[in-house]
Amino acid sequence: MSEYIEHDRQGVSVGIVEKKLFTFAEPPDEMVLENGARLGPVTLAYETYGTLNAEKSNAILILHALSGDSHAAGYYGEKDEKPGWWDIMVGPGKGIDTDKYFVVCSNIIGSCMGSTGPCSINPKTVQPYALDFPVVTIGDMVVAQKRLMEHLGVENILCVVGGSIGGMQVLEWTVRYPNKVMSAIPLATTTKHSALAIAFNEVARQAIMADPAWNSGNYYYGPKPNLGLAVARMIGHITYLSDESMRLKFGRRLQDKSDFSFNFDADFQVESYLRYQGKKFVDRFDANSFLYITKAGDYYDMEKQYGDGSAVKAFSKAAAQFLVVSFTSDWLYPTYQSKSMVKAMKKNGLDVSFLEIEAEWGHDAFLLPNERLTTLIRGFLERVYRGITT
Amino acid sequence: MSTVESQLNHMRYDLQIIASWIDPGSRVLDLGCGSGELLRFLINNKQVRGSGIELEEDKVAACIEKGLTVLQGDINAEVLDYPDLAFDYVILSQTLQQVYAPDKLIRAIMRIGKKGIVSFPNFSHWACRLQLLYTGFAPVTKQLPYQWYNTPNIRVITIKDFRKFIDDVGLTILKEVAINTHSQNRYGKTIKFLPNVRATYGIFLIGN
Repeated sequence: MSEYIEHDRQGVSVGIVEKKLFTFAEPPDEMVLENGARLGPVTLAYETYGTLNAEKSNAILILHALSGDSHAAGYYGEKDEKPGWWDIMVGPGKGIDTDKYFVVCSNIIGSCMGSTGPCSINPKTVQPYALDFPVVTIGDMVVAQKRLMEHLGVENILCVVGGSIGGMQVLEWTVRYPNKVMSAIPLATTTKHSALAIAFNEVARQAIMADPAWNSGNYYYGPKPNLGLAVARMIGHITYLSDESMRLKFGRRLQDKSDFSFNFDADFQVESYLRYQGKKFVDRFDANSFLYITKAGDYYDMEKQYGDGSAVKAFSKAAAQFLVVSFTSDWLYPTYQSKSMVKAMKKNGLDVSFLEIEAEWGHDAFLLPNERLTTLIRGFLERVYRGITT
Repeated sequence: MSTVESQLNHMRYDLQIIASWIDPGSRVLDLGCGSGELLRFLINNKQVRGSGIELEEDKVAACIEKGLTVLQGDINAEVLDYPDLAFDYVILSQTLQQVYAPDKLIRAIMRIGKKGIVSFPNFSHWACRLQLLYTGFAPVTKQLPYQWYNTPNIRVITIKDFRKFIDDVGLTILKEVAINTHSQNRYGKTIKFLPNVRATYGIFLIGN
């Protein structure tokens, strides 16, 4: 996902928020991962907005995508330039209304945004894990989030919501813990990456691993593989946009010049944009985390894991009410993938609503201000909440 | 007037009749549900478990915003995905005349539903007959306001045609009402005498 964070146009916000940490799985009770490895202690960074009601029935869990973090809404301080990554959706009176709901946003294991990941210190060696960090899966991320929700005193979750790799976690929640999830909103996501999505991820990973500074993942005491990570991010950005959005946003316009430079500087605006996005990303993201999280996304195959290859069988384990949303210009997680999960849900008699929103901004559309998405989510949540309170 | 009655009276007249046929607490699928007025009425007043299918993004969004369970899609394809007898009633209101393969759709409806409810504009209404007879042009009426070249109503159906069709495909008509109303009108009356000539719409409850 890209960064589109901007201040709320009406100035509405949850206000000052705080990143919190939850640590569990202290040795010898380490978390056993899907690949059999043991990991512990495990820390998850998370934030909460709003108040858990007395019945503990108003909790919503937000799951972020590849490069996101637990900071979904609000500001860390008065002078913060930017709010959390989904501030347009989460706040008082917004689509996910923090006056009504207790909202949790959890970071994922493998990330570099405060949770245990490859850049964390391995207690056994007192060095960063680097590639000794076990390969984690979407399932492992969800198991860890379940521990967090228990820690917060939430037994039943009103709704799990997220897009992209966050949407995969949403789907995983509904089949791994069907009795804990009342409803689910998978946005711009899929039950399994297409070959196209895996291919782009692989090129991005190769860009990192081909950077000499990557040094087989051991760069924490020296120069970082910034060039490789920047190229990886540039590739990502291309897949998050669309032919149409790039035509509208950049066309063939030149950057601060009237003619070609006849060298290999950034002539076109699109080149300049990608270089800028790449450079900006290396300041905040860890290259090894990028490798681990993209791999988790590529490995995920809910149909294989829960249905012996059948989506219908996989969703037979789910019980949640679903709102599935895709976007017309998203070619990374195209509508046909959402439709195929909807079909499987229908065959299981699940309560499912589906809409393909007309949007030109490609995969990133789910992060951009979109009144339609806001009202859809608001209406869906109100119905689910009404259903349990009456 | 009670609130139920006032809500009922705010609906299109054919939908009011359809709503009156549905047993409380049943499972309902509304094909081409529009902005969901019938579904919302049935959920609020008859406690049905209702869902709908609609093609237009704006209308689907309006439904989901109201808290209804609605899928965006083409009804002819979407009906194929449901398990057998998943619904007590499957409703197709004022849409049959726009369907390319009505026989296939009706069979699909009767596979997934115990009963089907179908309403359509009656093409043998006297106004249609007179226009064709006296002007020689394809009829254009309040119920069928299009020219032959831009009409979405590609099927010309009469009440008599539909009765024969249901017989031909081996289904049963359980209930039938002919009404005189306009397409979006909230008022109308039932027609008992010469319905095939005098009614603008036919509404049928069909079973296996």
